[in-house]
Amino acid sequence: MPDFIDSLHLNYAVITDIIQENSKILDLGCGCGTLLKLLIDKKNCSGLGIDINQNNVIESIQKGLSVVQGDIDEGLKEFADREFDYVILNQTLQSTEKPDFVIEEMLRAGKKGVVSFPNFGYWRVRFYLFFKGRMPKSKMLPFNWYDTPNIHLLTVEDFFDFCKERDITITKSVYIKRGKISKNPFNRILTNLLCEEALFVIEK
Amino acid sequence: MNDEQKSVGITQTKFFNIPDKITLESGTEFGPIQVAYETYGTLNKTKDNAILLLHALTGDAHAAGYHDENDKKPGWWDDMVGPDKAFDTNKYFVISSNMLGGCSGTTGPCSINPETQKPYGLSFPVITIEDAVKVQKRLVEFLGVKKLIVAGGSMGGMQALEWSITNADMVEAVIIIASTSRLTAQGIAFNAVGRNAILSDPNFNNGDYYGKEKQPEKGLSIARMVGHITYLCEESMHKKFGRRFQYSDKPNFDFNIDFQVESYLEHQGRTFVDRFDANSYLYITKAVDYFDLAQKHGSLEAAFEKTNARFLVMSFTSDWLFPTAQSKEIVHALIKAGKDVSFCEIESPCGHDAFLLEFETQTKIVKSFLAKGEGNA
Repeated sequence: MPDFIDSLHLNYAVITDIIQENSKILDLGCGCGTLLKLLIDKKNCSGLGIDINQNNVIESIQKGLSVVQGDIDEGLKEFADREFDYVILNQTLQSTEKPDFVIEEMLRAGKKGVVSFPNFGYWRVRFYLFFKGRMPKSKMLPFNWYDTPNIHLLTVEDFFDFCKERDITITKSVYIKRGKISKNPFNRILTNLLCEEALFVIEK
Repeated sequence: MNDEQKSVGITQTKFFNIPDKITLESGTEFGPIQVAYETYGTLNKTKDNAILLLHALTGDAHAAGYHDENDKKPGWWDDMVGPDKAFDTNKYFVISSNMLGGCSGTTGPCSINPETQKPYGLSFPVITIEDAVKVQKRLVEFLGVKKLIVAGGSMGGMQALEWSITNADMVEAVIIIASTSRLTAQGIAFNAVGRNAILSDPNFNNGDYYGKEKQPEKGLSIARMVGHITYLCEESMHKKFGRRFQYSDKPNFDFNIDFQVESYLEHQGRTFVDRFDANSYLYITKAVDYFDLAQKHGSLEAAFEKTNARFLVMSFTSDWLFPTAQSKEIVHALIKAGKDVSFCEIESPCGHDAFLLEFETQTKIVKSFLAKGEGNA
């Protein structure tokens, strides 16, 4: 894997690397289906996407994917326990109404979950708030406070606490900083300070 | 490309006869049956490029093209059927037939009963969606079709669902638009009002009005008016008519037509009686009301166990007659049954009628869905 590509592609590359061949995938908040298509083409996966937005659903169908329009905050009751090898929640957790419920549901419907989110503990984010005194904006958090879909921002440390409380096991962690994967995981405090985007494989 | 190039051109309704009797869901043996149908495009050598279109409550076999050069209106789904359109007649052999019990060429209550040489009227047996599908199956077999895709909106979607279950070995893909696996109590209620309007028309004469001077026109037109209200929605009615008066800018202070919306409904009712039969309205709405896959199979999930098809389900935001929640019921049951399904709720202000109007979005989705089956996607 090349060291530096733009962060979105890096994110896709990381997930594609993690997912095993021939897996059954459920992609929550699949957007226009790019990642799901990649997993089907590159890893021979089968799967389904869910997205709330009509245009995203249409774009996904145009890619030849099976996609269901829906609101993941309503749960995944149509899916059986452990139906999928992986349930993916890529850059979507912070936009959900009920992140805790969504994670519980993904770990019920899937054997493993892949969660990624922008780390609000990243030092630049902290500095932005500290020095500018305004809600942080960056490439990963480009929105204004009033129109952001990111209604449940969190830090890596918050996620660790959450997993501990809910008996969720983190089996793999990938930390991304400015388009690069951190190869030498720092200690916890530094991780929360230095990583811009975090990606975890979780199980319950 | 202009419209003319995209049209299937002049089409003709043809007839197919089932000489024997078929066993209806009610247990009644019924026949012979004539089926009115049209086809567009060409059946390929492997006989697996067919798409069967299934019409809604008052539709007919004439789905696309014009019957002659002076024809003002094309078939009911002309926007979706033709060369390069959603149902691309360059690629597919598209079939459309009038439903059993209808009044546009397929045997129904207005047809002559060969045993009495009189129209059936209310002696026509009560039919179901399953019965209609049974007749359609005979038609596609007659046409030599081996594998097919079924597609329909509203009641047509019910038939498409039934097809996927009762003819699982033939159906490769299913397109369900603005439909349901069972009508809501509210939907049944509106149909019941329509039937009551017909049944209580003094000219109805227990269904025996054919050839008579007085026809149950009033009853049928009221049924149509009620129907039309359910096909629109508050927003679309407001946009179309608002509270505007028809003939002046002030009230008439009488009970003649005052508001534009009244005039619209009256027009819809009046023109409907020229093309539709009151008895057919009774029989077909009843078939729609009886349709309930969950009740018949134990659960909706169980109903879909046998199907081998891929599904595309679409609903419309403003459709309150066949609301999105009901489409989601179908989608969730298909997922539970482990079937391949895509679902899109299309933003539209057009109410239930949207499936006949919002053809641009539908075209995009249907084309992509069909392309997947062609291995092009």
